[in-house]
Amino acid sequence: MAEIAFEDVTKVYDGGTLAVEDLTLEIEDGEFMVLVGPSGCGKTTALRMVAGLEEISEGEIRIGDRVVNELTPKERDIAMVFQNYALYPHMTVEKNLAFGLALRKLPKEEIRDRVHRAARTLEIEEFLKRKPRALSGGQRQRVAMGRAIVREPQAFLMDEPLSNLDAQLRVQMRVEIHQLQRRLGVTTIYVTHDQVEAMTMGDRVAVMSEGRLQQVDHPEVLYRKPVNEFVAGFIGSPSINLVESRLERRDGGLEVEFGEHRLAVDDQLAGNISGLERYVGKDVVVGIRPEAFEDASLGSQAPPGRRLDATCDRTEPLGSEVLAYFTVKARSILPSAEGADAVYLGEAGEEASEPLARLVARVDSRTKIAEGSPMTLAVDTSRLYFFDPTTKGAV
Amino acid sequence: MSTAVEAATRAAAQPTAARRRRLRRLVRRGPFYLLLALIFVYIVFPFYWAIRSAFTPDEDLFRTPVQYFPEHPTLGNFREVLSTSDFQRALINSTIIAGTVTAIALVVGSLAGYALGRFRFRGRSVSLYLMLSMTIFPQIAILGALYTMITRFHLYNSLRALILSDLVLVIPLTVWILTTFMRALPPDLEEAAYIDGASPFQVFYKVMLPLVAPGLVTAGLLAFITTWNEFLYALSFTQTPDKHTVTVAITTFTGKSGSTFQVPWGQIMAATVIVTLPLIVLTLILQRRILAGLTAGAVKG
Repeated sequence: MAEIAFEDVTKVYDGGTLAVEDLTLEIEDGEFMVLVGPSGCGKTTALRMVAGLEEISEGEIRIGDRVVNELTPKERDIAMVFQNYALYPHMTVEKNLAFGLALRKLPKEEIRDRVHRAARTLEIEEFLKRKPRALSGGQRQRVAMGRAIVREPQAFLMDEPLSNLDAQLRVQMRVEIHQLQRRLGVTTIYVTHDQVEAMTMGDRVAVMSEGRLQQVDHPEVLYRKPVNEFVAGFIGSPSINLVESRLERRDGGLEVEFGEHRLAVDDQLAGNISGLERYVGKDVVVGIRPEAFEDASLGSQAPPGRRLDATCDRTEPLGSEVLAYFTVKARSILPSAEGADAVYLGEAGEEASEPLARLVARVDSRTKIAEGSPMTLAVDTSRLYFFDPTTKGAV
Repeated sequence: MSTAVEAATRAAAQPTAARRRRLRRLVRRGPFYLLLALIFVYIVFPFYWAIRSAFTPDEDLFRTPVQYFPEHPTLGNFREVLSTSDFQRALINSTIIAGTVTAIALVVGSLAGYALGRFRFRGRSVSLYLMLSMTIFPQIAILGALYTMITRFHLYNSLRALILSDLVLVIPLTVWILTTFMRALPPDLEEAAYIDGASPFQVFYKVMLPLVAPGLVTAGLLAFITTWNEFLYALSFTQTPDKHTVTVAITTFTGKSGSTFQVPWGQIMAATVIVTLPLIVLTLILQRRILAGLTAGAVKG
């Protein structure tokens, strides 16, 4: 077991593609670190550099107190779980698990002991004599895990190990892998593009985008205090609503304006964000999480500054809650949301030249909000986020 | 009431309608089956004729009317051929040559296939296409050069001369086939093995080689057949009957009598059948592996 450290690590591929840029990240001994980001953000490359499957262009990676840049995968003593499991198809499960141990010339009895212990831990003892092709996806996943734990390595590296499983199994394995890592206490780097996996499994989560580390922290800190628009948009589902707006001072308090809407910033929040004063009278990007909305008709009467009237375009009932989509006359920030709007509004036949942002609110399932009809939303203005429109960083 | 009548008429009409439909289908498909039969006869008849002649005593061979099935079937021809020492020798020679060539070609082919299929290096595709282009040249094009080489190395009239020259023929093919098989394997397997602590050579023979087994079978069989059937080099580079391969032995066959004036057709045909048998047996045994290999390559997971 060991800590893993990236120090100013850069990876440039032969074609000149910059996959990872200047990554500095320390993973403590026994920590479960999740690397998360959209595809192509460099998270898998970072992992493969630790494994020794990619060369390191610049910088240093340490495992324990050894610099591993020039070491072979074998010498690094790490285990990796691949997205498609990469089980040896011509070997039985038992042989798959024993392969790494046999290569290290361990005594036969010890190999057998360890294989059976690992198989018992993962409840795959009954499959030991089978070949991988006779196993279901979930069972293969367990064998892949088994192959990692049987080696008792310095660290586990996992590359989207759950993405080939169906949704239900994924949730189950998520819990199991997490518990297993807790019990074994082996340092783990886990790569995923799924922010739910990242939030639920990671001791700390490192959010990456375009080869750069955006923020690394405990999951709840990422949610509450994202350092920039990207992290705010990536963490949380549905994504945070980001709208260009104007900050004004009115009646002693601060207000944000976007489209025909006006929200009063909670005084306490305004006090906590020290730099907010500088944006008075200027443009600022305001972020409102969908869960900061509620159907106003369900609760007590919200004051005018905490209310938002809009027409609901579309509802998505999820059972436990309802997602209500609506449009405001302001510029939306997330490019993905803009694309969706263009199609949607084109059909509606409204003037496309005017900036329109599509927002989403997550309201209680008792709501009576219907598609095409007006609604009033209560906004928890103590949970607003502010970002600088040019630097994209949090205020 | 009316529906009952309708049902009855429909029931009565059904058999004739069905029969007419079947007939129409037969007429439509008729030419197709005829063509199929023609092709079948065209392909199979020569083989049948060889087998028929092998089982026919010499005096019946050219008797009119033609006997499509031997009236006095005999194993005499086989007995005669197999007791000829030159033919025995030729069978052994061919087995040695084909076996050695196949073994060497598979070793070279799998190693080269691993390198060409799995590693990226300068000149990779050049060497691949160079090798492929080698297979385009007719054998006769390199005959002169090979002959010079063989005499220079004092290999003339030896089995080693044939092993050497047949390898030239076979290796491009095995390399090409095994490169394709190696390339089709998911890279993760290799990486998993490296992380498990395997050296490149261990990755090769513990993980890659077992997985391309169908490719080895396919390439090996093709190599064996090519070598076994090879005629031109065998004729050019050997002189004495004790170095002949089966193909040369059959063409120079004079039977036990040793007379050059009478061609012992029955025995030649028997020899042909004997020579073909190992190939058929091999193919039948390995057929399942080949088919398994083809489908395993097609469907992942």
